This record gives sequence, C-alpha cells and structure tokens, in this order.
Amino acid sequence: MKHLALIATLATGALLLYGTKDFPAWGDPQAPASTYLSPHYIEDAVEETHVPNIVTAVLGDYRGYDTMFETVVIYCAGMAVVSVLSRKREEE
Amino acid sequence: MESIVGEIVAKYNYWIYVVLMMIGFYAMIGKRNLVKKLLGMNIFQTSIILFFVSTGVKKGGGIPIVDKYQGLAGTVEAASTVNPLPHVLMLTAIVVGVSVTGVALAVLQRIYREYGTLEEDEILEKIQR
Amino acid sequence: MRDIYEHSAGEDLIIKTSVRLLVPFIQLFGLYVIVHGHYSPGGGFQGGVILGAAFILLALAYDMKTSQEYMTIRVNALFTNLGAAIFIGVGAVSAIFGGLFLDYAALNKLIPLGPIEWHSFGIFLVEVGVGFTVMSIMVLLYWNLSSSGTLDEGL
Repeated sequence: MKHLALIATLATGALLLYGTKDFPAWGDPQAPASTYLSPHYIEDAVEETHVPNIVTAVLGDYRGYDTMFETVVIYCAGMAVVSVLSRKREEE
Repeated sequence: MESIVGEIVAKYNYWIYVVLMMIGFYAMIGKRNLVKKLLGMNIFQTSIILFFVSTGVKKGGGIPIVDKYQGLAGTVEAASTVNPLPHVLMLTAIVVGVSVTGVALAVLQRIYREYGTLEEDEILEKIQR
Repeated sequence: MRDIYEHSAGEDLIIKTSVRLLVPFIQLFGLYVIVHGHYSPGGGFQGGVILGAAFILLALAYDMKTSQEYMTIRVNALFTNLGAAIFIGVGAVSAIFGGLFLDYAALNKLIPLGPIEWHSFGIFLVEVGVGFTVMSIMVLLYWNLSSSGTLDEGL
C-alpha cells in the first residue's frame, strides 16, 4: 500500500515536472499570466477606483463577487463547525 | 546536458513547488492517520499558493501598491509592478483553506468522539463490526 | 493530572498582565489594518484575523469564560451576520439604485460623493463587513474546536 502511494506520488511529480518545460522562466515580465489582464489593472485601477493598493481594488471592486462568496464560504464554515460539534456538557 | 541544467536553474521555483506538492500528496494518500492526512492537505495547499504567487513575479518589479498621483496621471508602467491578480486569488484561497481546516478539525473531533481513534484501519474495523 | 495544569502557564501572573496590556493594542492594530487597507498592505481578511487573534489570546491566557465576557456568544453571532449583511446589503442597495449588483458607482444617487469616490468608499464598506465576519468566525472556530463544542471551558 505504501509502495503504491509512493509510486503514484512520484509519477504525479514527474508528470508535473515534465509540464514545467513549457512554463515561463522565473520572473519573466512577458509571461502569459502577466500580459493579458493585469496591465489593465496596474495602469487603470487608480484612475477607476482611487485606491492606490491594487490588490484591495481588485479584491473589493473588480472581483466583488469572488469576495462576497468568499465571505459566504467562511460563514458556512462557521455554521458547519457549530452544527457538527455543538452539544451540552451533561451529555458525557 | 548543459541545456538541461540551464533549464532546471531557470525554473527552480517550480521544482520546489512540485517537491512540496509531492510531500503533501504522499501524506494524503499514504498515511493512515487522519490528522496526518489533514496536514498533508495543508502542505499541498501551501505549495499551490506559492506556485500561484510566483507566477505573478516580475524581475525588478515593485509591490502592487502604486503612488496615487502617478496612478491618476496614468504614468504607472505595468512592467515595474508585480502582477496583483494572483495575490488576490491566493488571498481568498488562504481564507478558504482556513475554513476547510476548521471544518475538517471539527469532523475529526466528532469522529474521535464516536470511535475513540483517528487511525483509519481501526475506524474501518469498528464500522464493520 | 488536573492539579498539575491548575498552576501551569495559563494561571501565570506575567502572562495575564502582559496579555491584558497587549490586547487593546492588538485590537487597535487590527482596526488600523482594516481601515488603512487602501494605502498599505491590509484589508478585511487580514485585519479580521488580527482582531480575532486578540480574543483568542484572551481565551488562551485567561480562560474561555473571560473571553466570553468581552464577546458573548450572542454578540459573536450578531457580528457574523452583520458582516455578511453589510457586504450583501451594499451590493443589493447599489442594485436597487439603478446599477449592477456590487457596482458601487450607482450609490452616487444616494449620497453624491462622485462615482469614483464611491468606488473607493464602497470597497471600504465591503472590507469592514468582511472584517466583522472573519473576526467572529475565527473566534467561533477557536471556541468550538478547543472545547469540543461545549463552549464553557477549553484550553
């Protein structure tokens, strides 16, 4: 069982390392992740929202839905913990 | 041989994340203790967070907090600031991770209360009796 | 077993005094992180966790009862719901006033600050809501997990 897990882990790691062949190098400004949407955020976020911290601007405004359901997720986590664990002391 | 070494050195960050991911993945599928599985999941998650943050790095780039007057004048250059989008995504991912860890710990406490153990084989034995 | 822990670190005078001195500053720093999130690293999630850590520190240094004197279970539930309600309420109000959901510029019809200033202020309102929810959920998670659901005495 342990050997099977080790083999599966090594196979997955090898597959992922093979996948890094096509990835951009570390710190490349022309990486695909940095050229599609983020120049718009960096250059225009302050004009559009008057917030110098671009992370906050994106979090609260451009991705407001994401953050809202984020709040709902932690809300649900709290409710789940209460409903899973809650009990009275004298039950023991 | 030279080119392979050069390739590895240029992308050493991905190697670190893959090794971290392998540690977490092995803990998740190879260990028999449920708490160890949970810790493995946290390590796995940390490797993914590091991976995403590293995709936003630009060489020589500053933090994604720009000068307000420069921003209003429109003179901020995209190449001088790191990509803020992975930071936002990982900020939310960290909070989801905390929620998942909390719920998982609650379920583990409930399992311990029910079966008196957190070892997978012992729980399976008790379920089948 | 029990009497060893009666006189262990939890009952120590130095820890109690230093925590009592530290907690107001931690809470002030948490509020600063939430409010100053527009200009420096910070925001609702980070500040909320710091505010929650102040209550968790109180519960660790004293006991769970003491932390529940400062934030009762009822107030905790109130803050949880208030935070989520602020966030969704800001979105819904901006939808009612003619914009899209969470399009803060539409709130300009309510109080005329200018549409771009409303984007900034709407982000602030939303961050405060997130901070409330994160703070109370962190405290709730600690209370429940450390006392295994009884909420009366824990670590």
